[in-house]
Parts: sequence; structure tokens; C-alpha cells
Amino acid sequence: MANVYASMTPGANTVFDVERIRADFPILGIKVGDKPLVYLDNAASCQMPRQVIDQLVHYQTTQHANINRAVHYLSEVATMEYEKARRRIQQFVNAREDREIIFTSGTTESINLVMQGYGRKFIKAGDEIILTTLEHHSNIVPWQMLAEEKGAIIRVVPINDAGELDIAAYERLFNERTKFVGLIHVSNALGTINPIKPLIAFAHQHGVPVLVDGAQAAPHMVVDVQDLDCDFYAFSAHKLCGPTGIGMLYGKSAWLEAMQPFKGGGDMIASVTFEKTTYAAIPHKFEAGTPPIAAAIGFGAAIDYLESIGMDDIAAHEHELLSYATERMAEIKGLRIIGTAAHKTAVLSFALDGIHPHDIGTILNEDGIAVRTGHHCAQPVMERFKVPATSRASFAFYNTRSEVDALIAGIRNVQKVFL
Amino acid sequence: MMMNSKSLYQEVILDHNRKPRNYGVLDNPSHHAVGHNPLCGDRLDIALKIENDQISHIAFHGESCAICKASASMMTAAVKGKTRPDAETLIQEFRDMATGKLDPEQPNHLGRLTVFSGIRDLPTRVKCAILPWHTLHAALNALTSVSTESDDDPVQATSVSD
Repeated sequence: MANVYASMTPGANTVFDVERIRADFPILGIKVGDKPLVYLDNAASCQMPRQVIDQLVHYQTTQHANINRAVHYLSEVATMEYEKARRRIQQFVNAREDREIIFTSGTTESINLVMQGYGRKFIKAGDEIILTTLEHHSNIVPWQMLAEEKGAIIRVVPINDAGELDIAAYERLFNERTKFVGLIHVSNALGTINPIKPLIAFAHQHGVPVLVDGAQAAPHMVVDVQDLDCDFYAFSAHKLCGPTGIGMLYGKSAWLEAMQPFKGGGDMIASVTFEKTTYAAIPHKFEAGTPPIAAAIGFGAAIDYLESIGMDDIAAHEHELLSYATERMAEIKGLRIIGTAAHKTAVLSFALDGIHPHDIGTILNEDGIAVRTGHHCAQPVMERFKVPATSRASFAFYNTRSEVDALIAGIRNVQKVFL
Repeated sequence: MMMNSKSLYQEVILDHNRKPRNYGVLDNPSHHAVGHNPLCGDRLDIALKIENDQISHIAFHGESCAICKASASMMTAAVKGKTRPDAETLIQEFRDMATGKLDPEQPNHLGRLTVFSGIRDLPTRVKCAILPWHTLHAALNALTSVSTESDDDPVQATSVSD
């Protein structure tokens, strides 16, 4: 793929050609009723560019067979492409080795893999697991299941009124019983970017490993797992222009080797007899059964696409959209932005006085505007802000200032309807 | 696109949301139920009195979106003075209309309630319109525990003995 944007750097000379980027996304051209689509639900799932769609079609029409098995041509090509995607992800997050990248069905499965493989082996009765108020349910529920099974205890880091972690409280939670930390990198409900590098360093001073839920971070910024020094990092492909049903778990090889397998089956073994089974080496130990091969290859293609634009340019454009949208929302009387952290991705959760979020969502939809309404699988966050639900506009690099204007006009229309 | 070009938020719905009929608490009800939509936290309390085989009094209150509140308001107005079987017919027809099983063009007893027919194109909002009806059904049948997690009725309603 031509690397047309790589030479551009963010700043005064940057030409971030958003119209050219939008032309890569066939779905952005559809209409909802008679209104052009304004897609602002990117934190739930991002759209797919033609380059990734083409890659899926190319694989399925010329390269498909099952991987890691037969000696025939297609099986070898498919295996090669699948492993190429793994290396692509390894480079994307700057992991030391490709065997530290495990394909999963998504962030949720990645976290469950760590809970099953690490937690069930190493967490014992009375041990403490630290989580934060900002966690998505997918980084809460698996640990609750483990805590219930083992008699372990979950400790929760509070947040302030802006939606930022209370760092001092985090540090105070550590003691000799602390055995694991689960941290969300970027809050899906509020957009808060957590300062995870020092938080990880602090945990390591206490000898405690850290899992980072990067589902909302990897699509929007450069992630370097060696620089962060996290023990585990998880994200999904469909939030960064890839297919659904595929995601990744990065784990330090020493941990992955020490962990027990998550799922038993084919492809994850070295040898099987009814007396004893020997597991395969990582990453295959954790990849039982036939994976979604096309999706994994699409995942790699999505990373190619994002990097052809450049993660720094993506972050710069999205930050500009966030600033503009925040400024425009401040003009609206009766609108409260929920989540006002100093460091945020382009997520705007908001409440309108006297209007239920579901009514907001439906009326915006009548204008072709897609936002998410609900608790965003983050009920502890909703509880903290004393709201049952919020409306959330979440931006991607292909969104424009005129779409921000459409959202603002849509919100004013909602208020007019309920006047 | 299966989108209704006409807004769901028509004047009659907005009016019932602004000035809900029969809103409040009923003293000494003969039937009472609380409906809850766990997906969005909406909660609706419906109380009624049956005298001489007719719904003589009915009242509702709770926290909900405009669609749910308007549906409850119009429902209470529609069933007041009705017999229990007539109310059950309306409940059945309203649920069928909301889930697309009843064509509002066909003969029915819904009258102005067909203003909600557009909801069938918005599966995620069907439960908002249905919750009051589900709760009324629970109250009339003194169901101690109703939990319907099917696609049609993803709401819960529980009769309350006062």
C-alpha cells in the first residue's frame, strides 16, 4: 500500500486530507432515511476501509485453507499470511517477539485468557486484585468470577469529578497481599487517558504484574508495550478498522510460558496420548482450534492502513475534533459533559437536562447521527456521576468538523422537540 | 433502509410526555405492579382499582424516557372504564403492534395508540413502549414475578401486594 501520509508530520505544514481518507470508507457514504450518515459511535466499533475489505476478499478468493496443518500450497500460504499478521501486530505495539502476541476473539477474551491462565494458577485466597472505577465490565466481571472462586479480594481505585484516577489512592491500595492490577488505558465511557506508565512502574516496585485494557487506546495513539513495561496488553481489531471476532493479547513471554492454557483442543498441543498431553510452545499454546484466519489477516491489513496515515497524525486530527466539539457543546445551555479529564481521547459523554439519553439517541438517529446511549458497559462510572446512562459521541480520524456541527445542530433539535 | 421518515416523536406523544395523564399515586389500589427495564434502569409503578368488573381508577409514576412515559399515559387513558378482558385485548394488540406482529392498518381496538406503530422499526426502543403494558398485565394478573428476557419483551414486571 502506498504510504502517502508517512512523510507528513503533525503541525503547521500538515495536510490531513480527511476527504481523501473518507473516500476509503464505502459505508460513510450511506444515507439513514434521507439523511447522510454521521457516524459518531467509533468507540463501540470503527468502520472498515476498502483496503481491509479488499484484503479479506483477496484472502478468501486466493489464499484460504486451514493453517498449521497440511503440507499443500494453500495451507502454507494461509499459515504464512496468518503469521505475517501476527508480526504486523508485534511491530505495531513494539513487542520483543512475535510469540508474545496471541490471537483472541477480542479484548474480552484476552482478559479472560489472563484470568484463566494467570489468575487461576497464581491468585490465592486472601490475595488482592486492584481495578479502577473506570474499567469496562470486561475487566471487572472476569476478576469477580476469579475472586469468588478463590476467595480473593477486589480493591477499586476511585476517580475524581473530572473522571481522572486518584493516583494517591491507587498507591495506598498496595500491600503485601496485592497480587495483580487491571488498568484501563483509555476509558470507553469518558475518554480519560490514564497515566499508565508510572502506574505500571509503581506496581512493579511492589512486584505486582499489570494487565492493560487497551481497547480504546490502540486505535488512537502509539502503543509501545516495551516502553510501558506492562505485563499484558489487550485490544480488539474492530475498534481500529479491522474485522470483528479477532483481537490480541500481548504478554511478556516469561508470563505466557508460566501460564496454564486457556482452552484445550487441536493446534495447542505438542503431543497427545490418553496418559499425558504436552502443550505446544507459545503463542500456539493459547490458540486451540481453527482461528478466524481471514479476520486475523484483516487485522494486519487494518494496522497497515492506520500506519499509512500515521498514528501521530490520527491523534492530532482527533484531538482537534475533540477541542472543537467540546467548545461547541459548551455553547449549549442545559448540556453537561461527563468526563472532563485533562488528557482525553475524542470521546464526549453528555447529559441534557430533563431529556432521557434514549430519547436523545433516537431523535439524533432521525437526523442520521449515530451516537451510543446507555451505560457503556461501565456502570460503576455511571454510578460515580449519578446518572443512569449518558449519550456518547466518539470520533475517529475520518470524522470532520462539519460532522461536529451536525451533532451540535442535532442536539439543539432534540432540545427543541422537548421544549 | 427500513427507516420511518416520520418522526416517532409526534405531537401527541410529546404532549403526553409533557403532561402525563393519570400520573401519581393511587390510594388503596386493588391491583399494583412495578415494571423494570434492567437494560436502561427505567422503572414504572402502576396501581389500579377494579370496581364492578371495570377499571375505575388507574395511576402511574416512575422514571423513564419520553416514549415510555407517553405510552403509560395513553395506556391509562385508554383502559380506564374498560373491563379486564377488554384491557387484556388492548395489551395484546399493543404488544403485537410494537413487535411488528400486528399491522395497524388491520382492524384493531388501538385507536390513537397506533401513533406508536413506528416503534417496530426501532427494536432497541420497543421495550420502552411496552414496559407500561407489561406492567399493567402483571398488575391485572397479580403475577408475583415476571421476567421475560425474550426479544419481544425484554422487560420485567412484578405485581406488588400492598
